[in-house]
Amino acid sequence: MDGIHDLGGRQGFGTIRYAPGAPAFHAAWEKRVNALYGMAVRRGIFNMDEYRHAIERMPARYYLSASYYERSLTSLLTLCVEKGIVSREELEHLAQGTVPLSEPSAPGRTNLPDRETFQRGDRVRVKNDFFAGHVRMPGYIRGKPGIVVSESPRYPFPDAHAHGVEAADEPTFDVAFRTEDLWPNSADSALVHVGVFQSYLEREK
Amino acid sequence: MNTQSRPSQVAPVENRVAAIEAVFEQRGMEPKPFIETMTHAAEEEWVPRNGGRVVAKAWTDPAFRQRLFANGKDAVAELGLSMPAHHRHLVALENTETVHNVIVCTLCSCTAFTIIGLPPDWYKDLDYRARAVRESRTVLREMGLDLPPEIEIRVWDTTADTRYMVIPVQPPETVGWPEDRLIDIVTKESMIGVARL
Repeated sequence: MDGIHDLGGRQGFGTIRYAPGAPAFHAAWEKRVNALYGMAVRRGIFNMDEYRHAIERMPARYYLSASYYERSLTSLLTLCVEKGIVSREELEHLAQGTVPLSEPSAPGRTNLPDRETFQRGDRVRVKNDFFAGHVRMPGYIRGKPGIVVSESPRYPFPDAHAHGVEAADEPTFDVAFRTEDLWPNSADSALVHVGVFQSYLEREK
Repeated sequence: MNTQSRPSQVAPVENRVAAIEAVFEQRGMEPKPFIETMTHAAEEEWVPRNGGRVVAKAWTDPAFRQRLFANGKDAVAELGLSMPAHHRHLVALENTETVHNVIVCTLCSCTAFTIIGLPPDWYKDLDYRARAVRESRTVLREMGLDLPPEIEIRVWDTTADTRYMVIPVQPPETVGWPEDRLIDIVTKESMIGVARL
């Protein structure tokens, strides 16, 4: 999903609001949200991929203006409504006001065909692939070349796991991309590593 | 589902939290003790000192260091440190005199929080997420880490179930210190990679 959450490389943002020792929480309700969505995950109401995607499905204007834990809360509420734990009307009655939720999801997909296994040092390219559902391929690596630096264990395939679709678990490959390839003449020189699912990758040439 | 047309009617965020907590309560899920347990864990158990123990051990015990780089999750388990189910793999990233590693999650906020602590506010902010991959040297300089050009920057975007932690370079004046004392000099920022020690 080419949503506003896919922030890597976007321009126009400001100075990092940084202070060493900065806290994770600023208000008591944030701790409750953090616990309540964790409880829902532990109880199997939804999984982490569904949780992430429900945040991504927030209307862009709301996503950008909401605080981090308000986004967590919106995901939790959206999924509890979608899973039939509570109706939106009951939530709004209890909250004494309207309750903003995320937009409906596009369908998921299973693993992509022609998956290859790669070794450290292999030259790979991220497929030029567009998908409206949940995906863990940041837009800035789409179609870009890189070099495999390591392989992970097999993980649930997020494009399926966020949508209740059956799929095989897949390894991811940590791929090193040169910023010169990602944003030619328009980035600080560095290596950027991304954990890329097998389905998203093809062998270079 | 369009929520933009009625912003003045939106329930305060605290009300929305209380509403879902009440629903969980009604469904017999007993959220209150869970909130207490989770909050205690977030504040008292998932602390950067955990990662500090890992770093200090890696500095002082070459065999542990080797095991840490081979399989991070197994190695930290030796110190009694656990990771949640969806953190399936831990990769330790070694800083050197010529390499600097820094971690980000451009898509959300992923971190090895049981090891290095929950992500601080700036890490979850839009600005860090957008800029850390493309303007890494500039961003680090803004954050007080002005790296000379001969140090290569390696950015790690956390996009799957792998979690990362940076093993900072040990300050030379601390070589020979006991492990306990070394733990105290390791900061959360140095394990995310926005600071060097």
